[in-house]
Amino acid sequence: MSRLEKNGLIDRTQKLRFTFDSKFFEGFQGDTLASALLANDVKLVGRSFKYHRPRGIVGGGAEEPNALVELRSGARREPNTRATTAELYDGLEARSQNRWPSLDFDVLAVNGLLSPFFGAAFYYKTFMWPKAAWEKLYEPAIRRAAGLGRAAQEADPDIYEKANAFCDVLVIGSGPAGLSAALAAGRSGARVILAEEDFAFGGRLLSERTTINDAAPTEFVDKTLAELRALPNVRLMRRTSVAAIYDDCYAAVERVGDHLRTPEKFQPRQILWRITAKRAVLAAGALDRPIVFGGNNRPGVMLAAPAQTYINRFAVAPAKKMAVFANNDAAWTTAFDALDAGAEVAALIDTRDTVSPTLAQAAQDRGLRVILGGEVFATKGKCLDSIELRAAGKTEILQVDGLAMSSGFSPNIALTCHHGGKPVWNEAIAAFVPGECPPGLSVAGAATGAYSLSDCLAQGAAQGAQAATEAGFKATAPDTPKAEDAPRALKAFWHVENSKGMAFVDFQNDVCAKDVVLAHKEGFVSVEHLKRYTTLGMATDQGKLSNVPGLALMAKQSGKTIAETGTTMFRPPWSPVALGAFAGHHRAKDFRPARLTPTHALAEELGAVFVEAGPWLRAAYFPRKGETNWKQSVDREVRAVRESVGVIDVSTFGKIELQGPDVGKLLDRIYINTFSTLPIGKARYGVMLREDGFVMDDGTTARLGQDRWIMTTTTANAAKVSQHLDFCLQNLWPDLDVRMASVSEQWAQIAVAGPRSRGLIAQIVDDASAVSAENLPYMGALETTVLGGVQARIFRLSFSGELGFEIAVPADQGEQLARKILETGAEWDATFYGLEALAVMRIEKGHVSGPELNGQTTAADLGFGRMASTKKDYIGAVMARRPALTDPDRMGFVGFKPVNPKEVLRAGAHVLAKGAAATTENDLGYLTSATISPTLGHAIALGFVKGGAARIGEILRAWDGLRGTDILVEILAPAFYDSKGERSNG
Amino acid sequence: MLIPCPYCGARDAEEFSYRGDATPVRPDAAAPDAAEQFHDYVYLRDNPAGAFRELWYHSAGCRRWVEVERDTLTHAITATRFAAEGRRA
Ligand SMILES: [Zn+2]
Repeated sequence: MSRLEKNGLIDRTQKLRFTFDSKFFEGFQGDTLASALLANDVKLVGRSFKYHRPRGIVGGGAEEPNALVELRSGARREPNTRATTAELYDGLEARSQNRWPSLDFDVLAVNGLLSPFFGAAFYYKTFMWPKAAWEKLYEPAIRRAAGLGRAAQEADPDIYEKANAFCDVLVIGSGPAGLSAALAAGRSGARVILAEEDFAFGGRLLSERTTINDAAPTEFVDKTLAELRALPNVRLMRRTSVAAIYDDCYAAVERVGDHLRTPEKFQPRQILWRITAKRAVLAAGALDRPIVFGGNNRPGVMLAAPAQTYINRFAVAPAKKMAVFANNDAAWTTAFDALDAGAEVAALIDTRDTVSPTLAQAAQDRGLRVILGGEVFATKGKCLDSIELRAAGKTEILQVDGLAMSSGFSPNIALTCHHGGKPVWNEAIAAFVPGECPPGLSVAGAATGAYSLSDCLAQGAAQGAQAATEAGFKATAPDTPKAEDAPRALKAFWHVENSKGMAFVDFQNDVCAKDVVLAHKEGFVSVEHLKRYTTLGMATDQGKLSNVPGLALMAKQSGKTIAETGTTMFRPPWSPVALGAFAGHHRAKDFRPARLTPTHALAEELGAVFVEAGPWLRAAYFPRKGETNWKQSVDREVRAVRESVGVIDVSTFGKIELQGPDVGKLLDRIYINTFSTLPIGKARYGVMLREDGFVMDDGTTARLGQDRWIMTTTTANAAKVSQHLDFCLQNLWPDLDVRMASVSEQWAQIAVAGPRSRGLIAQIVDDASAVSAENLPYMGALETTVLGGVQARIFRLSFSGELGFEIAVPADQGEQLARKILETGAEWDATFYGLEALAVMRIEKGHVSGPELNGQTTAADLGFGRMASTKKDYIGAVMARRPALTDPDRMGFVGFKPVNPKEVLRAGAHVLAKGAAATTENDLGYLTSATISPTLGHAIALGFVKGGAARIGEILRAWDGLRGTDILVEILAPAFYDSKGERSNG
Repeated sequence: MLIPCPYCGARDAEEFSYRGDATPVRPDAAAPDAAEQFHDYVYLRDNPAGAFRELWYHSAGCRRWVEVERDTLTHAITATRFAAEGRRA
């Protein structure tokens, strides 16, 4: 056990049991999986991506490149979880990944022995040829060998939420700067959200042994939190990672249930927050960086700052006997803390030749052996057992099982770059600091490169106060408490030349120093190219550790400075986000809301089979007893309409109420035909174009009064037409005195069609004479009452081609109306019919619908050429007259039937002349809608053919390359049934 | 992105539908060169990097067409007004 006997922020009374690779271990409340593994002396935790090298824990948080595990099992299995961010809970299950057959013995570790052949872009180069082998052979093999964890194979059982939060000041990070900022802003009364990625607030204050106001830093944390908790305007959000900054909002992931075995019932596992903040203060701190030297990837080699965290926060000694290898003062405090905690430290090797006397004295006081001007150049052991170093011309081997390394800190600036801001190289601290920040964001503390505790506290307070002030509050920065500042000097050092063994730059992607050199030799001189070519800085850690050392190596190759070399772009998210969090509730059936018609419940009762029509769920057909396939049901429904009476819910059509003295003028300008002359009590079919001359939509508009009109649109275009009218009224002709509103939701509309329909309707309306042929002729419209006083609008319209009525009633009366119609019509077997029968009947009648209004057809193409007025301007009029749109050779709307009546036509087939090859040049047209007409007893289709009506009577072919059919067809006029319209006019 | 609707106040861009350039004016169909003018009106658009006057429709809000002055590089919005305002004769 490497658990230290005292101190640490763990609750030793709360023992937690967990498994790693099926072995049982114990940790404490307050542990991460990483700290608990270290406490149990588990050092080997994974195998690397490419070489399958043994790997151990190297970091302490989101930056961890090595300790990626599969967490949980079954449907909840999550691959690539960083052990350093996984909060320990009782019953936690974790498995190492990317190893076979076991973590300890991995067959593919042979890749490591072959490493001379696995250089930069190895996969690109080696597996290029032969091309065919890539898909079948190379890729599957590589995927098995070089993968990360395995995703769960079952549907995710957890719930994910999306939520919005609003505040004046968002503070990101709760270290000394973040706490001070939140306090300064919170005291002003501003609404503050303090977001902390960790499960504990405090940031580095939890990891370092220093003093604030002569007390432990955790006292400052507790006191500040207590005050913040007492402020009702402050919201503390821990386990919340601010992942991205977008325009005017911040995206954050709150891990609500990840610290539990499974989330509580109805509790989401994670919440994706969209936080709208007037101002934000980024206090995300800084991360320690590795040194590139031979064998720096061996389990037991760790970054110095996380090592300090394990010692102080988790009471774990990362090694029994350790060494420290660094170029800066901060790493010395790791050695001091290890010694003070009772661990053995063999030596501290610093690349610098001199350090400050105080630091040297502090080391001497502790009896710490210090080697200045030294370099570690090799390591040994499967897990580290010794290091080799040289100093003053001599080499030495030290027996240690742990090495803490540090090349200095990198501020966490990723979020400052999400709007394209470029970070700036600061030579003094050998790190990138924030450049231009997204609007509303300022940075405080270590994230700016100001590492001293006093600076962090002061900057946080100042930025918090300023943010609150800019958000409209009176704020003053609180007095900065007295803080003990650890020394922070540094001299840039990146790479130990003449190392023994592979020197890793990027641990997660197995990119070595030699790969960077090779990439440069091969001409990849831009940092973005270097990244893609070597994979440096990719995957879950996105180069949090490797970025700067990689750039330093590259700069050296090109003889440029790091400032000149620049850095790759930091893009969202800051750390990986589960796909479930992005999806939220929008999964499976809830992907989008389903719209139900007013008669949905009735249709269900009648056994309807439903179909999705855009967002609508509509009845497709209503099978009855004895019917064994859908065609039988549909044919029966068609017969019912043609021979007796049928009923269908057409509420999904768009309905737009138009009022005002200028409605007629407006309609004249948006329809190709004239409406201003329409008498009160009449409806008219209209076609509207887009301004480019193609058809946008069609439908009927009725005039109910002098200044009152009701327009219908197709189901699909309801919202589009409404937006179009708003555009015309507000942008093109604001002088027109017209008011409009969509009333699609307010009215249920039931169509009743068939020879018996008038007799049936007469029993539904309160005044039967209202629907007489004289009172309500074809294309008539009137307002009356039905069902004893229910307000209704009745239109003599017919889509089916039979005598037909459409009755509109307030939406909540729709079901009652439909029931009453079916009940009253029982003597004629009034039949509820669905979309399929409707489609069959409109094809029989040659009415255009969605497949024909496909955005590529003009009014003339569709046979409405003569409807178009030549006496007025309307939307699309000028463009519709373009030569290509009036070419008589354009494809025009026609009907088709197979020469052999037994053959079946399908939409999508192309039209060819007899004997013509199936080429684009020979294409004469295409079929858009097809059915087998129960009325005519054979297949029919609608579609377009070059020359249109001029080809009526010709025999051509319907060629369907997709389904492999080639059928002789006769070209007909599109109306197959009752072409004179006598039935609907009756 | 938040768009300050002159009627509803600042609302998320998700509530709006985008149309594009607010400057083209629908030509007179009776003009002798109406065909050319309509061609330009329908098809020709500038795509400036920087200040831009554009139309947004508050489709999930007040249904007003809003003219927005936005910098296409930074998404900074400097002014919004009802589209109808500038156009009523
Ligand atoms: Zn609005």
